[in-house]
Amino acid sequence: MKISREDVERVAELAYLDLSEAELETYRAQIDEILEYIGKLNALDTANVQPMAQVLADDQTADATLREDVVVPCNVAAEILKQAPDPDPPYFRVPKVIER
Amino acid sequence: MTTNWTIDAVREALAAKKISARELAREFYQRIAERNPELNAYLTLSEERAYAQAGRMDAIVVSGKPLPALAGVPIAIKDVISTRGVRTTCGSKILEKYVPPYDATAVERLEAAGAVILGKTNCDEFAMGSSNENSAYGPVRNPEAPDRVPGGSSGGSAAAVAAGLAVASLGTDTGGSIRQPGSFCGIPAMMGSYGRVSRYGLIAFASSLDRIGPFATNARDVASILQVIAGRDANDSTSTTAPVPDYRAAMEKPVKGLRIGIPKEYFGAGMDDGVRKKIEAGIEVLKKLGCELREIHMPHTDYAIAVYYIIATAEASSNLARYDGVRYGLHVEDDSLLAMYRKTRGAGFGAEVKRRIVLGTYVLSAGYYDAYYLKGQKVRALIAQDFRDAFSKVDVIVTPTSPVPAFKLGERTNDPLQMYLADIYTVTGSLAGVPGISVPCGKIDGKLPVGLQIFGPAFGEANVLRLAHAFEQAGGGAV
Repeated sequence: MKISREDVERVAELAYLDLSEAELETYRAQIDEILEYIGKLNALDTANVQPMAQVLADDQTADATLREDVVVPCNVAAEILKQAPDPDPPYFRVPKVIER
Repeated sequence: MTTNWTIDAVREALAAKKISARELAREFYQRIAERNPELNAYLTLSEERAYAQAGRMDAIVVSGKPLPALAGVPIAIKDVISTRGVRTTCGSKILEKYVPPYDATAVERLEAAGAVILGKTNCDEFAMGSSNENSAYGPVRNPEAPDRVPGGSSGGSAAAVAAGLAVASLGTDTGGSIRQPGSFCGIPAMMGSYGRVSRYGLIAFASSLDRIGPFATNARDVASILQVIAGRDANDSTSTTAPVPDYRAAMEKPVKGLRIGIPKEYFGAGMDDGVRKKIEAGIEVLKKLGCELREIHMPHTDYAIAVYYIIATAEASSNLARYDGVRYGLHVEDDSLLAMYRKTRGAGFGAEVKRRIVLGTYVLSAGYYDAYYLKGQKVRALIAQDFRDAFSKVDVIVTPTSPVPAFKLGERTNDPLQMYLADIYTVTGSLAGVPGISVPCGKIDGKLPVGLQIFGPAFGEANVLRLAHAFEQAGGGAV
């Protein structure tokens, strides 16, 4: 077994994701099978391989992609706040974060 | 009997005043009203926006000014691509009421070129899936075989075009989500190189893999759409500054002498016999066109699914952290902030999304990062190297798009790993960042479409389109 129920609980906690009892067990079994499959990568010796985070690294320099750091007008706050479930313009409201 | 419109036919008809853009939009909305209840390809229609744009195109016709490239062309947009003022759900309950305050660059460019945006198409939730069955708004049916899936995740975009409910559409491809549904629904479908099309406004799933690309009924139309949406965008720092060639001109060149690599690894076990026969017949067509075929080896192909489900889920777990119930989307009340996050996300995400968040968080977590995420990144480099090696010997690579034709609704939903393995021939090109197209290559028993996949080197879209077009013109779609 690659992944335990406690692992799934810990990861769900890290991801702020409520999972039901049934979900915990289903995902544990399914992810276990997936990790088992992923284990085939261990057949490859990658000691001397550089990890690849994205594909543009060779082709593009920062000069080509970074723009001038200039201020441009961006008056979208009101429209963006319209999408918020609990806005208090010009703020987003959240439940109390710090308990006294 | 409805007319099968192409982009060129729409422009000609408008210019000759045989039909107005408004009439054409109305015709498509009628078709949608008739077929969509069964297919479920569209989630939201943007009629107001479509008719306003059609009216602008009709005014250009009246004025006698030249028509833009996509004037009046009815187009559908996958629901993970932002559209200003038009609901964009990502196929998720967590964004059920989300209305983006801005357009994706690709959408903006389509509209600037005269396209009429008909509406938003169904897809797997956050583009995570290979059958469209992970949509919170119900599955899409394959227009070619209504008891079967249209493929995924861009199932709605593929089905809409295949059923004549749009002339073209945009989908997104992270591991095969454009090419595989194109193959299942029997239409051409393309992803350009990573960086060729701006991702600005594409709601992120896996940022190092996500790409926007077109579905259409023929290769020329695919090229016309790509022409418009490709090119540098200051709002996406990964979009390339490389110039965009004239694809329509380049694709008309003959393909005689083009060197095609056929990788042995793409014809292994697990491949459906019907698919194999059609692809072999397709390869015969390529030979008759005078292409030079060579067997090649891409030794790391078999590791691609494992790498993909590490990298894609890791990136997804990070990208989907934004759904916090504060700024947009679903919000489930609780007095505590952390409990509010947990409840909102637990209630808003569907099963596949949760599974991937858990897997992605796990492979990135302390103690497992080196064994999974870092290992995955290293093998990704080996897969990209396979492609570079191949393209030092050949101009393009030809493979099947999918090992199987469209499967039945519900057939694979209980086995995520089996579902993932359906992407075995498409994820390689996603990881390597190269362009790929799926073109129709006959139908098994005259019923189930098969797709032939063509890969080119990074930014080699012109040759990919050239071969796709030649294959289509030579009858490759009816082998």
